Amino acid sequence: MTNPTVELTLPVMADMELAATKTAEVVAKRMGLDDMKTAEISMALIEACINAFEHSKTKDNVFITYIIQEDTLVIKVGDRGVGFDSEVVAIPNIDEKINSSHKRGWGVQLMKELMDTVKFETTEDGTTVTMTKAK
Amino acid sequence: MPDFDMKIKDENGIIVVTTNGYLNNYGGEQVASVCLQKISEGKRKFLLNVEKTEMVNSIGVSILIEVIEELQGTNGKIAFCNTAPIVEKTFNIMGISKYAKIYASEEEGLAELSA
Repeated sequence: MTNPTVELTLPVMADMELAATKTAEVVAKRMGLDDMKTAEISMALIEACINAFEHSKTKDNVFITYIIQEDTLVIKVGDRGVGFDSEVVAIPNIDEKINSSHKRGWGVQLMKELMDTVKFETTEDGTTVTMTKAK
Repeated sequence: MPDFDMKIKDENGIIVVTTNGYLNNYGGEQVASVCLQKISEGKRKFLLNVEKTEMVNSIGVSILIEVIEELQGTNGKIAFCNTAPIVEKTFNIMGISKYAKIYASEEEGLAELSA
């Protein structure tokens, strides 16, 4: 049997990541996830959307798929941009960020800390980040 | 229209910034701007009441690092109060809570910063 799936298409516009979190809240509630896990999913989703909006260097839409499995929520955030290599992203450190001109770069770390699994796949068609959270 | 606004008050020398809404890059810039202005006026203690900010993003929070940076070496302090659990967890992951204490309430924050 196919898992129930919710699909969302976001234009690259300010604060559109909040539309993704609203959908996540509905899906998480439907699955019976608790408030903290729901908030963690929303926060990770915000960072994934911002990554897609900013780092993909695309004006195209961002595509989000929520796959409702029996015990796990799977979220895929895809863009058609230039690609993203998560392996070369340095682990950020607050001590180094202070007095540095580059204070950003926390998104991947936050996603990894807030979700159970995070995987990036880049092809010539774009990048998809797949995140999971168990109930 | 940005989903963010804030109120500023001076409580016996402690600048209390009460935020309302999503702390994104716009919100972070608004908060940092007022704090940096107050620092230039000689203020050194800041309490950010984020009770009505249920969600943040890393860009907005990273802009607040500028305020922490500016207070370094001035004997100044910045703290937060009434943080939602996910906001506190985000601050912990980013290491913000290493430089800024988190208090349960504005009253507690004001009392500690006054000491």
